[in-house]
Amino acid sequence: MKLHPILAALRKHKAGTVLIALQIALTLAIVCNAVFIIGQRIDRVNRITGLDESNLFLVSQQWVGAPNADSADGVEKLDTMQREDLAALRQLPDVASVAPINSLPLLNSSWTGSVSHKPGAQLSGKDNTRTAYYFTDEQMLSTLGVRLVAGRAFNAGDVQHQGFRDQRDRPIAIITRQLADKLFPKGDAVGKVMYTDGSNAPTTIIGVVARLQIPSTSSQGNDFAWYSTLIPTRLDANFARYAVRTKPGRLDAAMRAVAPTLYKVNPMRVLDDDSVKPFSDIRARAYRADVGMAILMGVICLILLCVTAAGIVGLTSFWVGQRHRQIGVRRALGARKVDILHYFQIENLLIVGVGVAIGVLLALGLNLWLMSHYEMTRIPLPYVLTGVLAMLAIGQAAVFVPARRASNVPPVVATRAA
Amino acid sequence: MFSYYLELALRSLRRSPGLTALMVLAIGFGVAASMTTWSVFRAVSGDPIPWKSSQLFVPQIDNWGPNGRSSDGEPPNAMGYTDAMALMRDHRAKRQSAMYQISPSVVPAEVGKHPLNVSGHAVYGEFFPMLDVPFKYGSGWSASDDTNRATVVVISGKLNQKLFGGASSVGKTVNIEGKDYRVVGVLDDWNPQPRFYDVVNTGGFSTTGDDVFLPFLTAIQTSMPNDGNTNCNAVPEESGFVGLQHSECVWIAYMAELDGAAAATAYRNYLNDYAREQQQAGRFRWAPNSRLRNLPQWLDNQHVVPSDTKVSLLVALGLLLVCLVNTVGLLLAKFLRRSGEIGVRRALGAQRAAIYAQFLTEAGIVGLAGGVLGLLLTGAGVASVGWVLPRDIAALARVDVSLLLLTLLVAVVATMLAGLYPTFRASRVQPAWQLKSN
Repeated sequence: MKLHPILAALRKHKAGTVLIALQIALTLAIVCNAVFIIGQRIDRVNRITGLDESNLFLVSQQWVGAPNADSADGVEKLDTMQREDLAALRQLPDVASVAPINSLPLLNSSWTGSVSHKPGAQLSGKDNTRTAYYFTDEQMLSTLGVRLVAGRAFNAGDVQHQGFRDQRDRPIAIITRQLADKLFPKGDAVGKVMYTDGSNAPTTIIGVVARLQIPSTSSQGNDFAWYSTLIPTRLDANFARYAVRTKPGRLDAAMRAVAPTLYKVNPMRVLDDDSVKPFSDIRARAYRADVGMAILMGVICLILLCVTAAGIVGLTSFWVGQRHRQIGVRRALGARKVDILHYFQIENLLIVGVGVAIGVLLALGLNLWLMSHYEMTRIPLPYVLTGVLAMLAIGQAAVFVPARRASNVPPVVATRAA
Repeated sequence: MFSYYLELALRSLRRSPGLTALMVLAIGFGVAASMTTWSVFRAVSGDPIPWKSSQLFVPQIDNWGPNGRSSDGEPPNAMGYTDAMALMRDHRAKRQSAMYQISPSVVPAEVGKHPLNVSGHAVYGEFFPMLDVPFKYGSGWSASDDTNRATVVVISGKLNQKLFGGASSVGKTVNIEGKDYRVVGVLDDWNPQPRFYDVVNTGGFSTTGDDVFLPFLTAIQTSMPNDGNTNCNAVPEESGFVGLQHSECVWIAYMAELDGAAAATAYRNYLNDYAREQQQAGRFRWAPNSRLRNLPQWLDNQHVVPSDTKVSLLVALGLLLVCLVNTVGLLLAKFLRRSGEIGVRRALGAQRAAIYAQFLTEAGIVGLAGGVLGLLLTGAGVASVGWVLPRDIAALARVDVSLLLLTLLVAVVATMLAGLYPTFRASRVQPAWQLKSN
């Protein structure tokens, strides 16, 4: 098929042609970037925390009129209260294990610091590695379901306690494999020494866990999302958090038992609706905005593609109606049905082709603009290429019905007056 | 004449129901997507205290030096205890308050009721008049209450309802963290969004408002710990809450009321003088790097409007643009299909202006129909944003009369704009040529 007659015909429909091409270009630009945003959000949400997330819940509670955590005496009293709570929870029939912990992955509360090879390094120095601390005890591994890949776990003798705001040396720690690889690329972190928060006292790495995400899901945390450090210490304050692993399938029963049990230990405390929540709730809350954004972008993309496809159907239908007679003439002169079909298909391919060419430039431009104004990374080429193919396919699909109607125009039309 | 054009337009639209439906749907969806995202954007980017925001200022003091600055040279976005106290002592603004977020427990007087946890702020007495906080009963506390570390409290209407059944509780006591506080004021409905007085700790938006306000110095004296962010450039040398107060860690929000540009300049100079004094005293080893922003500038600087909200609005506007381009194409097809009819009208003496009127009426009707569909879809969209957006933000988006009017207006104006070029083409139809070819 020769392109010349198609081009000549398009020149007669400049406005319509330009409008379709423009619409294709804008659609491609927006859809590429929107789908890229969706992809980024899905990647974020699918990050593995390293926890065994089923049958896990968190208790956050606060004591009323608790002893002052700033005095040595108060710290001891608070620690006794915390140990009573832990003992009571561990005795529940549906509970497998319990660990005190200052936060959990995806929970909006974190304690971050930095680790270094050298003692006395500046806290915010450039050669330090940022980390998030989990202060917990020897039941941490079984409660969180984190996998130890080297060294040993904490034992009961390792566990210290301190006031929430007290400064104390940290003789031992377990770190994640990602942090271990960063600090000791040779893979021999166990037994090595690091210094936390610019301290002069060494911390010996006694174990390495496969993976444990930091609490923060904010963009500031992206650089060190897997750099967690576990310290065998119970923190004593007027509030405490307990991670609880239940026996399989006993999550609801165990959660229901928490409030009565803890009130029995000590009624002077705050336990409200938010105090006992399964990990699935923590996850849903952490990623709500991401999931929402992905859904919103998805809906907009869908509307956009439908509108564009419908637009192509509409305009092509109009052209087919307008050229009714000419099609009849072509058929009468010997063109086969398939020639007419191909004519409209190739015409569409040409217009959409020009549209996507402009659209690719617009998509990259929009991406650059978003990068300069918002937190956005460079769009990978596969996204753009997929978008181009999708637009071409949608164009062909949209043109098919009117084109087939055109191919069904009988040659006899040529003999009738318009 | 208009009713005639109306009739013509309706007849023409009825003649090609598919094309008409397509245009109405495109306009409806485009407008609804834009208006839904706009309602969210409008809610989060609004000025929480429009009558006063230009007089409220947030000072920043650089107590960390070059190593602690962000990449754009900004000092910390909160204050350390030392500087906050110095600024309060100097008292250079018309009104000012240092504040920190607290989360104490409240013990109901009724026997058998479990304690509850409330959020609040420790503030100075000037906080209430400075922010025009509305009171239902009583008032805030005095400067002498501040200095005497009085055990007084201002509670929210919600907490008053919970503890005292809504009656005036002024003069009664509330047990907070095991200590009795005398209620001096009960707030009326006050839930500013964003929570502008402390955006660093609230992230800007929160559905749960502050329930208690205590005097700052009283809270410090009873060592009521801060509940918000604490950022340190070095580990505090001493332990405990007192150690935090002696450290350079930042955890205190600060706001000052300044009338006019001259007062702002004076205060800015004061901040620099203060930093220079600290430099001379050897506490700061760097030149002053203070900031003083008024509230709108501060909210912008702290990126209170989530970037997701802006991106969604942009993408939705992009959708509207595509829908309009689509409408231009379809209207063009529709109008030019009637070249014969136009030719006849022109040949019978119709002016170009008459053709314009006829076809813009038709475009307007499509726009109006799209707008009505858009209204329904916007209603559905706003109702379902709670499903996709964080609760704190979704709760702010609402449909009101201005949003409804805007939806209709955008739909009609946009469609008429889209109809301009097709109408122009229609008006250029040569009557003679059309008549001949028929």
